[in-house]
Amino acid sequence: MKSILSKIKIKNQYLISITSISIVAALCLFTRNYLDYKIAGYILLVVVSLLAMFLDILPVLLSAVLSALILNFLFIKPYYTFHISDAEDTLLLFLFFIITLINGVLTHKIRKAEKIIQIKEVRSSTMKLYNALLDSLSHELRTPISTIMGAIDTIQSQNITISEENKLELYSEIEKASLRLNHQVENLLNMSRLESGVIRPKMDWCDLEELIYNVLDKLKEDLEFHKIVFTTDENLPLFKLDYGLMEQIIYNLIFNASQYTPKGAQIKINVEYNPDVDFEYEPDKLMHCVITISDDGSGFPEQEIDKVFDKFYRLQNSKTGGTGLGLSIVKGFVEAQNGKVILENKDEGGSIFKLSFPALVMNTKEISNE
Amino acid sequence: MNNSAKILIIDDEVQIRKLLEIALDSNGYKTIFAVNAKEGLSLAANHQPDLIILDLGLPDEDGQIVLKRLREWFKKPVLILTVKNTEEEIVKALDNGANDYLAKPFRTQELLARIRTALRNLDQNENEPIIQFGEIAIDFTSRIVKLKNEILKLTVTEYNLLSILVKNEGRVLTHQYLLKQVWGNSYSDQTQYLRVFVAQLRKKIEEDPNRPKYIITESGVGYRFNTY
Repeated sequence: MKSILSKIKIKNQYLISITSISIVAALCLFTRNYLDYKIAGYILLVVVSLLAMFLDILPVLLSAVLSALILNFLFIKPYYTFHISDAEDTLLLFLFFIITLINGVLTHKIRKAEKIIQIKEVRSSTMKLYNALLDSLSHELRTPISTIMGAIDTIQSQNITISEENKLELYSEIEKASLRLNHQVENLLNMSRLESGVIRPKMDWCDLEELIYNVLDKLKEDLEFHKIVFTTDENLPLFKLDYGLMEQIIYNLIFNASQYTPKGAQIKINVEYNPDVDFEYEPDKLMHCVITISDDGSGFPEQEIDKVFDKFYRLQNSKTGGTGLGLSIVKGFVEAQNGKVILENKDEGGSIFKLSFPALVMNTKEISNE
Repeated sequence: MNNSAKILIIDDEVQIRKLLEIALDSNGYKTIFAVNAKEGLSLAANHQPDLIILDLGLPDEDGQIVLKRLREWFKKPVLILTVKNTEEEIVKALDNGANDYLAKPFRTQELLARIRTALRNLDQNENEPIIQFGEIAIDFTSRIVKLKNEILKLTVTEYNLLSILVKNEGRVLTHQYLLKQVWGNSYSDQTQYLRVFVAQLRKKIEEDPNRPKYIITESGVGYRFNTY
């Protein structure tokens, strides 16, 4: 309410100030014969105070002056003149005027101070986010760059002799670092695609089984020490989704699981449609495609579970590298396809990501018989 | 092997040119370099290279336009290098006549393999009646496909799909192209057919259909028959 009123144009503010004082004064006029004029004075004082809460300083001052004049003209005897016969009344009117003025000015000042504090708070929280982002980004980008530069310096240096074995190790470090750099740049590019709103999903028939095996193959080095269990219906239909986005979503989630679970941990992937409902093929009918990716690691800290999809959010005690972009990209890409993603901790330990997409399905049996 | 092949590289990035020079020279190829579209088009005309590596992001002209102009007369393979690795850009390049594409950053080994495949296709006799890849042999005259010397039972559609993939070995074929060639023009957006028949074919020819070695998915773009 406050913010809406503070946006009112200054011309309208004067109008509001004049009208509200006039209307209240007119209402008070009916009580003039029964009540003391001081009551009308107090009521006008309240109106000025209320106005001071919403309007700028000048309209408030106008309302203070106006109410003093009205009080004099209409309520202090003799009526309809600005002349005051009683000295006591003169003093009272003078005091009324001073009080409304002080009241109006003070309220206005308090509001101003509040606003400044608010701006400062917003600024400091953006600064905090910006710093966190800069911290994690510079760490994530500079670490691999340092590795590459350092390794090359060592290989190039004339003064020392490096064993062939160490040289090979340095080459492999350079390779790992450049892959990591590439991964981060990929994440940043995806994030900026999301932020700029240029993602328009290209819906086409996807063979999710093939897609997931494809992703698993791309990640085979990261998954070397993990146990992968992929289950799905024998006759999984085709789903109309964006292949590229789906690939990135599944990639990020499985990659994440591989980074945050210990060696030997199990990662389970399951794909099904409209769970618990018998599948009857009807063209143009949306089904729910449900993908779950779960692990038997240590799960996510309960108090942080709501924040993991936030941009640049990293778990408090996170040891592995990362910019905190992977999961926010997942959320963005899922929502771009009208899907939903939730993260839960399992009772038996570990965490589970549940994705669900409304999608057209195509029964493949009918095609293969053609 | 055609390792004395002449390769024209059109790329404005000096670092990429240097890298390609070392990698290609040490593998026995002859290299010529152009730093922009204008120079590239004139070098292509004057030197008659066996293969062109074209970067899509050139300073003086859109690489897609350069590709179109090259394809007006240049019949040999064109391989695209690009940082713009969106599906649209890649499909457009393939439609404009590119044989293959690699997204930057790329691995040199991968690039060399793609070059070898593109040049091998060039050597191959178009009318070769039998083509053999590893354990797969296709006899185009009798339309018989053998896997490990055993005759494979394929449906007509499966055979047509496999033969077009094999004939374009190493080359990325877009969904649209495959659908038009195998099913006909009116099927060009019916990707469901492709999904189903590729899965079926893989079950028949791949050792592990879930980790295909021959029919490779190029996500969002199409399929490639791989032999290396």
